[in-house]
Amino acid sequence: MSEVSLAADVVIEDRARSVTTERRRVRFSLILVAVAFLVLFLLLPLFAVFSEALRAGFEGYWQAISTPDAVAAIKLTLLVAAIAVPANLIFGLAASWAIAKFEFPGKSFLNTLIDLPFSVSPVISGLVYVLLFGLQGYFGPYLQSQGIQIIFAVPGIVLATIFVTFPFVARELIPLMQEQGTQDEEAALSLGASGFKTFLLVTLPNVKWALLYGVILCNARAMGEFGAVSVVSGHIRGKTNTMPLHVEILYNEYNFAAAFAVASLLALLALVTLVVKIGLEWRYADQIAGSARH
Amino acid sequence: MAGARGLALKRPSAIPGFGLALGFTLTYLSLIVLIPLAALAIKAASLGASGFWEIVTAPRTLAALRVSFVISFIAAAINVVFGVIVAWVLVRYRFPGRRLLDAVVDLPFALPTAVAGIALTAIYARNGWIGGLLDPFGIKIAYTPWGIGVALVFIGLPFVVRTVQPVLEDFEREIEEAAASLGASRRQTVFMVMLPALLPAILTGFVLAFARAVGEYGSVIFIAGNIPFVSEIAPLLIVIKLEEFSYAQATAIAAAMLGIAFIVVLLVNLIQAWQRKRSGHE
Repeated sequence: MSEVSLAADVVIEDRARSVTTERRRVRFSLILVAVAFLVLFLLLPLFAVFSEALRAGFEGYWQAISTPDAVAAIKLTLLVAAIAVPANLIFGLAASWAIAKFEFPGKSFLNTLIDLPFSVSPVISGLVYVLLFGLQGYFGPYLQSQGIQIIFAVPGIVLATIFVTFPFVARELIPLMQEQGTQDEEAALSLGASGFKTFLLVTLPNVKWALLYGVILCNARAMGEFGAVSVVSGHIRGKTNTMPLHVEILYNEYNFAAAFAVASLLALLALVTLVVKIGLEWRYADQIAGSARH
Repeated sequence: MAGARGLALKRPSAIPGFGLALGFTLTYLSLIVLIPLAALAIKAASLGASGFWEIVTAPRTLAALRVSFVISFIAAAINVVFGVIVAWVLVRYRFPGRRLLDAVVDLPFALPTAVAGIALTAIYARNGWIGGLLDPFGIKIAYTPWGIGVALVFIGLPFVVRTVQPVLEDFEREIEEAAASLGASRRQTVFMVMLPALLPAILTGFVLAFARAVGEYGSVIFIAGNIPFVSEIAPLLIVIKLEEFSYAQATAIAAAMLGIAFIVVLLVNLIQAWQRKRSGHE
């Protein structure tokens, strides 16, 4: 019904304006304000990334992203995401299975705890691991005696990334699986399917698009995380620099074109993420949870 | 529900895998999130009340906390104004490019913060697209507290839009028609009927944007100039203390930030509860 009345808004002349919309002049001004604000604050920075990246021409661009340090940063970023995303994916499946398919005390509290990392500053997300595993940290001396390095090394980067991307998959799956209930699973089980088979052939297909949705958001954040990773990385070129950290180093060296060239790869990732996200929202809106808009 | 069953851990169910799923969930949650955060709390507690207070009330710390919270508040307020307008336009009007605009709103969620930071700096620096326009008037954005505000507006906008949008979509037109048929002008309907109904969503969006802004690091440090007492944000001070190996100070500032942010979120939850109660009684 609202679709019809919304569509009608456009054709209704101002004289015969519907009571549930504004004067044409007001409507026009509001649209103008919204468009101007979004273009100025959101789109302009995106254009700036590509414009600055190509300032040195395609050759300079290619050089910037193919230096050994840049390649090492790209590889490390891919490696970190390749560990962090599956880890949080498995967690998301386990958490949503427990929370959505069963009733137990403390469930809503558990739900709140899962969202906790979103309200912690990225810098603090890195700090907590330094306090645990850093040389002056609680486990630091023991780890050093065992020859294990976590902080200023890849394991620390992976841990910090897992922390900041922790809720992404779970928060997409939980509301959807709660909505879907347990009838499908009960039917499969009563027909003799094993628990694992039920999960694989009944539950997973039911949530696949929401799962993909959570995974791409998780991946975007994992590859783009800066603050948390910056605290635990130690910024060792070619070793513990992810792409965002490499951007920072190049930028602080006044190597702007190179910094923006590497940044443009991350911006491309963001664009691809947005396109996939919107594609999923348009095509499978009903199969992605209600929280999908956030 | 479960309480009535006394000691039963969960309601009986035909579905298997509860123990495994919950066990894994709790273990993973503890290892990744709870134990590390507990380490922060223990470390902060080990400073003692006076030690903690001394660090947190040091002039530079206070200045950094003030910069972070005040500018985050202003940025979140700006986001409320423009976020509500954007949500309104996206939900209520049909115009070419609307879906593209709707998609653009999520850009700050997807764009890595460091990328946003250097891009905003490039735009607002003296030789940048916008900075160059403002420079003749003596207005400087980059490397001033204004720059921090710009970055925080950028990262906070989607929180307001995406919180208000669904509520506005579900808003019943009958209520507006009722207001109009009772003689309210459109302006009265919007400001006295609709906005009060949207207020909880707007407040929620404000708090989400504010909380995110307070903790934000990547997009801010490039554009801020990072001058102590002027444009140094609290998260940056934590990083600086860490680089000086002053773990205790870094921890105290982090604990103070988490504490204040927690109180703010709690307050707004209370306001919302009050709001719901009030509208329920009307």
